[in-house]
Amino acid sequence: MDVFSYFNYWVVVVLMMLGFFIVIARGNLVKKLIGLNIFQTSVFILYISAGKVMGGAAPILADGVELYSNPLPHVLILTAIVVGIATTSVGLALVVRIHAAYGTVEEADILEQDATC
Amino acid sequence: MSDSNGLLLASLAIAPLAILGIVLLRSRPNWREGVSVLASIALFAVNIGIYHSLQQGATLSWRSGEILPGLRLELAVEPLGALFALIASFLWLVTVVYAVGYMRGHGEQNQTRFYAFFALSIGCVMGVAFSGNLLTLFLFYEMLSLSTWPLVVHAGNDKARHGGRVYLGVLLGTSIVFFLPAIILTWWSTGSLSFVPGGLFPENTDPRLLSALLVLFVFGVGKAAMMPFHRWLPAAMVAPTPVSALLHAVAVVKAGVFSLVKIGVYVFGLDQLAAVDSREWLLYLAGFTLLAASIVAMQKDNLKARLAYSTVSQLAYVTLGVLLAVPDGVTGSGLHIAMHAFGKITLFFCAGAILVASHKTEVSQLRGLGRQMPFTMAAFLLASLSIAGLPPTGGTWSKWFLMLGTLDTGALVLTAALVVSSLLNIVYLTLIPVRAFWRFDGADEAAAPTEVREAPLACCLAIGVTTAICVALFLFPQPLYELVAQIPLGGG
Amino acid sequence: MLSQLPLLPVLLPLLGAPACALLRRPLAAWVFSCAVSVLALAAAIALLAATWQQGVLSYALGGWAAPWGIEYRIDLLNALVLLLVSAMGAAVLLGARASVWREIPEHKRTLFFVAYLLCLAGLLGIAATGDAFNLFVFLEISSLATYALVATGRDRRALVAAYNYLVMGTIGATFILIGIGFVYMLTGTLNMADLAQRLPAVGQSRTAFAAYAFIVVGVCLKLALFPLHLWLPGAYTRAPSIVTVFLAATATKVALYVLIRFSFTVFQVEYSILALPLETVFVVLGVVAVFAGSLVAVFEPDLKRGLAYSSVAQVGYMVIGVGLGTVAGLQASLIHLFNHAIMKGTLFMALAAVVLRLGGSTYAQMQGVGRSMPITTACLLLGGLSLIGVPGTAGFISKWYLVTAAADREQWLLVLLILAGSLLTAVYIWRLVETAYLAPRQSPASIAPRALEAPAGLLAVLVVLALANIYFGLDTRLPVQTAGGAANGLLAAVLP
Repeated sequence: MDVFSYFNYWVVVVLMMLGFFIVIARGNLVKKLIGLNIFQTSVFILYISAGKVMGGAAPILADGVELYSNPLPHVLILTAIVVGIATTSVGLALVVRIHAAYGTVEEADILEQDATC
Repeated sequence: MSDSNGLLLASLAIAPLAILGIVLLRSRPNWREGVSVLASIALFAVNIGIYHSLQQGATLSWRSGEILPGLRLELAVEPLGALFALIASFLWLVTVVYAVGYMRGHGEQNQTRFYAFFALSIGCVMGVAFSGNLLTLFLFYEMLSLSTWPLVVHAGNDKARHGGRVYLGVLLGTSIVFFLPAIILTWWSTGSLSFVPGGLFPENTDPRLLSALLVLFVFGVGKAAMMPFHRWLPAAMVAPTPVSALLHAVAVVKAGVFSLVKIGVYVFGLDQLAAVDSREWLLYLAGFTLLAASIVAMQKDNLKARLAYSTVSQLAYVTLGVLLAVPDGVTGSGLHIAMHAFGKITLFFCAGAILVASHKTEVSQLRGLGRQMPFTMAAFLLASLSIAGLPPTGGTWSKWFLMLGTLDTGALVLTAALVVSSLLNIVYLTLIPVRAFWRFDGADEAAAPTEVREAPLACCLAIGVTTAICVALFLFPQPLYELVAQIPLGGG
Repeated sequence: MLSQLPLLPVLLPLLGAPACALLRRPLAAWVFSCAVSVLALAAAIALLAATWQQGVLSYALGGWAAPWGIEYRIDLLNALVLLLVSAMGAAVLLGARASVWREIPEHKRTLFFVAYLLCLAGLLGIAATGDAFNLFVFLEISSLATYALVATGRDRRALVAAYNYLVMGTIGATFILIGIGFVYMLTGTLNMADLAQRLPAVGQSRTAFAAYAFIVVGVCLKLALFPLHLWLPGAYTRAPSIVTVFLAATATKVALYVLIRFSFTVFQVEYSILALPLETVFVVLGVVAVFAGSLVAVFEPDLKRGLAYSSVAQVGYMVIGVGLGTVAGLQASLIHLFNHAIMKGTLFMALAAVVLRLGGSTYAQMQGVGRSMPITTACLLLGGLSLIGVPGTAGFISKWYLVTAAADREQWLLVLLILAGSLLTAVYIWRLVETAYLAPRQSPASIAPRALEAPAGLLAVLVVLALANIYFGLDTRLPVQTAGGAANGLLAAVLP
């Protein structure tokens, strides 16, 4: 088993950890959302990797093609991407509102303002 | 038959109806109190009806639909319950009369709330008395705890609030942490919660389980005030005196020991109870409680606190009687529930009368009060004799049977404990009226008022009735004895 | 019509939401969403009756047969959750008007009801679908709608609470997505019933283990199981009162359903409970949740927040039932799921009335509320007694089954801990009672006018909910039998 033959899964793991780290470690609300996006994207890649069949063609019926990649993960991930975009937009909308209400998008400042009032 | 079952339901329905009337007539105090008096008369009449049906051999019972699979709310009349219901409803009548005098004489607030919750509490007591299985008993037991809380905190100040917390904390706490698991374990191991003469548990039940259950039941019924879970009773003394008198000398505490007797006789059965390992240990704890509470009572200067600890001590007598697991012990327990009720309620009535008439609450202030309140103090003397178990009062008989019970089992240490505790009773209760009449120190001669100034007539009337019964029960204990003797003891 | 029944509870609010958005006037939107939710409730009732008669109902969405197409599969468990969610959804909405009009600015009201219907559709969809990926999609529909609903709270802290919930919720949902991806890779199917058949063959692989771990952690985030509960108190406290009622009564319940479904149907019991140490994990975390949640609730100055922490504690009870890994334990868990929805519905609904009239729900603001709002306070008290588990209330039935289930496993310490948890509940409920009834009346200047009760609509729903606490404490057939049937259906083949 060559470690590198699974390189796309390694990418998934690295991206996932990166995204997760950003969500946890960053205090900027926008950056948190970006981290969340990276985290979600890693999962998309995981699904798509699973759908790939070695030597398989794109799943479009054509003469002379015997082996197709699995189309279902792509379809699923299309849905998941839509969900991800919706989440990001709701998140960003919230950040805009938070900025209007607090004048900042830094978590520490917000906590401070809430603590004083 | 169906008429008798109607009686059973009526005894539970009267209290809610009374509450409705009390609340509707809240702006007319005379009518409102009239409703209370009427309801108590009706309740007593209904309970007499139930007593007669029982004597004629009728079986009164009622069952609800299934609450849990195989488990219903059940009501059933048996001798002990009929006795308890009779006493509680009769004393409700007396107490309402007393309360009218007391609450007005003392100018208490929120009297509508007071009478409404008072009626509710009595309704719950009827439920406890006629409960046909452990679930029903537990339901009304908890409702009784909750419905008496507004009465305990009646004054609404910080002291009342603190007392209310201790009161509910101990009662709810013990019932949830000990009583409820005991009930659930009983259900889990036998598949039944019914009260059956001779007990529920089959012969081959794990003795460790029975031991554990007995401990859980005895501590779980916190209303029986077994040490170390007795603190709620002194705490409840912040309530107005009629509450202390009826609920914390009769209804609530007796609901506790009544539950224990019922559990001992109908859940364990005397034969099985006698074989439970933890019984002996609990027996000595009861002995310790009755002595320790007497000793604490001696040191209390506040009259109501002293009476409260005296109650703790007397409740331990009843508990001890059941735990002896012999017929004489159960008879003694049953009788003591009745005898102590009349004695202690008289004492509390007197304490309240003293408060209303002379605004005194401490024992040390009572010297020489006999001249001002001769009637009250005479009643106090007779009632205290009944508590101590001396002639010419009814308390003699219950103590007699309890002593016999301890002798039956050969537990001479306990016999000695009973004797010593009775002696202590004389010291800390009977000496109070004695000193009120014959002051030994001779001081304060000038300050002592000489004219007679008793409590309001309603109060004196109530005191007179209960005192008369204390004495009458010495001469005519047969009806009570016969009722108690009907308790089916199974194979015992 | 009848053959389409499994779809109806989901479809009605899902289509109702965009239709509602077309309505200009908020009042019309409210009336419309009430009608939709009541219809959904009627469909859910019909479904429950149908499952009792016919057993499992299966519906192939779009006519695509089961393993390929999306299947809606309704057994007793689904039907119970559907009924609960749609009933609470309809009840809350019916009583919502006064509170929404007070707390939501006018231009947002229509959209508020749209989001509410979307959230309802999502929750019902989770409970109805038999497809793992479809479940994820509905989870996100309900979650996104919830974030929006929470953010409509008046306080700006609602925005922060919604944001935190969004981050945590998305992480949880993505974890679930990863887990679903893994099982798909292992088996090539997303249909739950199909998964259940294929997973045992590959169950011992590390991938299956990872998949289950991801799903459990993700669901526990949604469920707010200690220590993954951090989003819940903020979201419940800051959200508009009506949203809190709705979420408390439904959202965590649906999450618990997902946990049960994945643990007992998809990865069957042999794997999830018997082979893994989850039994211990669930019971220990549940007990810790009970005590941590209750202790915080005891010291919390704001009742709404205190009750939110109490929800964390109550989730602990449900998870303990799951962790016992027996039919009785699961039944207890489901019964508590049902009863807790009613209790918390009552309590938060009463708080909605209190907030409506007094402007807040701190103990300081609620002093003497027993006099100014006697009916509301009485309902609050009933809900509280039920939460403690006083006999005669629904909460007692929950405690009874949970303790019996623990006794069956002879876990005596657990029995004691469960009951000790009730005591802590009694402490904070009694703090409320003392505040409401005993506290000295406010100074004469601030004495409110006498007629302070909430408007009739809100009050009527509140009273019905409060009486439901007593009704389901005395007539327990519906929750007990349905939960028993559902638990048997899930576990009886494997466990005693």
